[in-house]
Amino acid sequence: MARVVLEVRDITKRFGGLVAVRDMVFDVHQTEVMGIIGPNGSGKSTMINMISGAFAPSAGEIRLNGQEIAGKSAHRIARMGVARTFQLVRLLPELSVVENVVAGAAFGHRKRWGAEAERHARQLLDRVGMGQQVNMPVSSLTYINTKRVELARALACEPEVLLLDEWLAGLNPTELQTGIALIRSLRDEGRTVILVEHVMDAIRSLCDRCVVMSSGAKIAEGTPAEVLEDPEVIRAYLGADEDA
Amino acid sequence: MFFILITGLLLGGTYALIAMGLNLQYGVARIMNLANGEMLVAGGFAAFWVYTAGQVSPIAALLVVAPVAFVVNWAIYRIMLRPLVKRAKSRGALEVDSILATFGLSFALVGIMTWFFGGGYFNYSYLTGRVDIFASSYAQNRVVAFTIASLLAAALWIWLSYTRAGLRMRAVAVSSDSARLVGIDVPAVSALAFGLGGAVTASGGALISMFFTLDASVGVLFTMKALIIVIMGGVGDIRGTIVAAMILGIAETFVARVIDPGLTLAAAYVLFLGVLLFRPQGLFGRTPT
Amino acid sequence: MTMRDIRNLILSAFAFGLLALLPLYVSGYILSIATTMAMFTVLATSWALFSGPTHYISLATAAFFGLGTFVTGLGFQTLPMWLLPIIAAGLGAVLAALVGLVTLRLSGVYFVIFTLGLAELVRQVVTWVQNRTGQRGMYVLTSITERDIYWQLLGMAALVFLVGWLIARSRLGFALRIIGNDETVAKHSGIDTAAAKILLFMVSGAAAAVVGAMMAPRYIYIEPSTAFASILSFQVVIMALLGGTGRLWGPLAGVVPFTLLWEFISRNAPNQTLLLLGIAFLLIVYVLPGGFVGLYDRLRHRYGQGGQ
Repeated sequence: MARVVLEVRDITKRFGGLVAVRDMVFDVHQTEVMGIIGPNGSGKSTMINMISGAFAPSAGEIRLNGQEIAGKSAHRIARMGVARTFQLVRLLPELSVVENVVAGAAFGHRKRWGAEAERHARQLLDRVGMGQQVNMPVSSLTYINTKRVELARALACEPEVLLLDEWLAGLNPTELQTGIALIRSLRDEGRTVILVEHVMDAIRSLCDRCVVMSSGAKIAEGTPAEVLEDPEVIRAYLGADEDA
Repeated sequence: MFFILITGLLLGGTYALIAMGLNLQYGVARIMNLANGEMLVAGGFAAFWVYTAGQVSPIAALLVVAPVAFVVNWAIYRIMLRPLVKRAKSRGALEVDSILATFGLSFALVGIMTWFFGGGYFNYSYLTGRVDIFASSYAQNRVVAFTIASLLAAALWIWLSYTRAGLRMRAVAVSSDSARLVGIDVPAVSALAFGLGGAVTASGGALISMFFTLDASVGVLFTMKALIIVIMGGVGDIRGTIVAAMILGIAETFVARVIDPGLTLAAAYVLFLGVLLFRPQGLFGRTPT
Repeated sequence: MTMRDIRNLILSAFAFGLLALLPLYVSGYILSIATTMAMFTVLATSWALFSGPTHYISLATAAFFGLGTFVTGLGFQTLPMWLLPIIAAGLGAVLAALVGLVTLRLSGVYFVIFTLGLAELVRQVVTWVQNRTGQRGMYVLTSITERDIYWQLLGMAALVFLVGWLIARSRLGFALRIIGNDETVAKHSGIDTAAAKILLFMVSGAAAAVVGAMMAPRYIYIEPSTAFASILSFQVVIMALLGGTGRLWGPLAGVVPFTLLWEFISRNAPNQTLLLLGIAFLLIVYVLPGGFVGLYDRLRHRYGQGGQ
């Protein structure tokens, strides 16, 4: 097994009286695509937010390449090599498409600036399939294209770990196939990806391993095939009443 | 020392009413109303005018001041501020726009008030007898102002907590998107809240005019204090506003009597600094995620 | 550096050169208006360096300005004149850093509110200190003429424009634009948003303090109520927003007409100056959200595209 890039140990998050994430433990290995799945409200996005530094865990540790990142500010974690996309795509409306991608490269893990950054950005935009649309204004991009730009921005700093927060959500069947192929090509390139997803097709075809969360806790871990057959997992998704 | 405490509480109680008005406007309608202080001064001027012209008690004047202020503020929201809400792309953009717009409004109001009332100071003597509480005597007008402010605040609190309309308002304050999804007419509730907030503030102004000397330009100081109170107490939280207002009232009175009456704003700022450094969400506010 | 950049630099140098010749040909009232415009140009442009990209509206200009006038008032008899603006810049930067550290970690609303009362707060504190030490206002009597002040301000304006131009092309400027668009994205892209904001706010504060230090000889008598007049902050905000913060020369486009208008109203209807301020704010919000620059861009977009 490849070396461990990210270690999550006993991570817990409380919002007032609500425990959103409870004692999560898992590892992510280099070049692996790890899926974090589970029904709505199970704490998946909260988990991702703690890895990216959007907020700090209430307890526990997260280590990136051996270095503690739990509780550090988002910009420091980003510089250490964690990049992400957001559930609701966040592009920078006043900047051009290329500038949006350069924004990911200028301050992150591997910094680039000036003409070099622009070259790099255009290459990435090509890579994610933006092609001819690079010169369009941000406000007129189609939905899948906004996701492509955000993905390019996340890739721009050459992160150690890429976090995709429901990146495939809201795509029609054709776009979904394109999207899955794109992420698969990222995996083939050797990137380490953590995927929070609902789309079962994607999980089966993309993930090397999965962690299943329900009500904030881990209820299963393993390959997609193993995990999606686990009765606990089925019960969590479909509800306890199997006779209905 | 006790005297300072009671005087401070009396002052704080009246401040609480004013800050509650701003809390309604910012917490529910999401408008940071920098013209709030001018509404207060307008209420004070109305009370002054009514008293000096017709010997009518400022307390009776409330019966006119409050509804008029409600209508005026409601109209301001619908005409001036609703377009900004519609056009804002983000909450931050709305805040900037509403700050600038209400700031402009505040200057316009000061200009108009100076036109009508001139630039001089206004005060009048009403209920200047003394009331004895625990062996010290306090100005009657301050005690009466405090009493009425408390009654109004209590009425407001009951209305917000126990009526459906109040529930609608609290829902919009917590999350306007969710409120819309459960069928609440958010624009109408916001306009109502803004109007109500203005009425409450103007009432506070009428009460405060009994013992404060006002002039057309003093509104901004009151706006500052109301803002500090709202932030210190936690936006959208009535209890927080009351507690914070009391703290400010006591602190101000303490500084004015023990250190220097010219440092009242400094006292407010020290409190503000403390809040910003240690608890930006305010005493009762929710931690932002 | 593109050809366009070189062209702009040459044009700007030429323009500054022409403006520098102004005092040789005019004097009296016109020179004094020009000096006032130069003052507001520096204040508004340096204000826009920070508040433009980040959308954090600073109302603190008067506090920095007043600080600068006090530096000159206190120091002109004992220190060389050239040192005073430098000290003012330093103190302005320190004050900005303190204010920034407290408020810029939080959302823009806290910042606006804090800066709203800052000048008034400083005024209250300085007045109290003066009352305690028995010191009254200060007379700044020097041999500096209106012309000298004009040239100083013009030089400062050139400096601010240069700094603004350099920042816009730098990573810091880029970072601020990103922050102004979406601060969450900025943080997740590796930008230390608090540090970037504070740094630029310090530049803005230092510049305003320098202007105050340079203007002190013109006021002659320095006391807290005139040095820390909040109205200066409001005028600067209006001029910058009226002109538009989208371009470096934007605030200048607001300074010129507004200064003239203010002069006109002050002379003919002095009680209505506040009403003018109010109308100007409302105009900016409702009619000209991007200022004159925004209007220019929209027109250019519409007519520059030709028949497309």
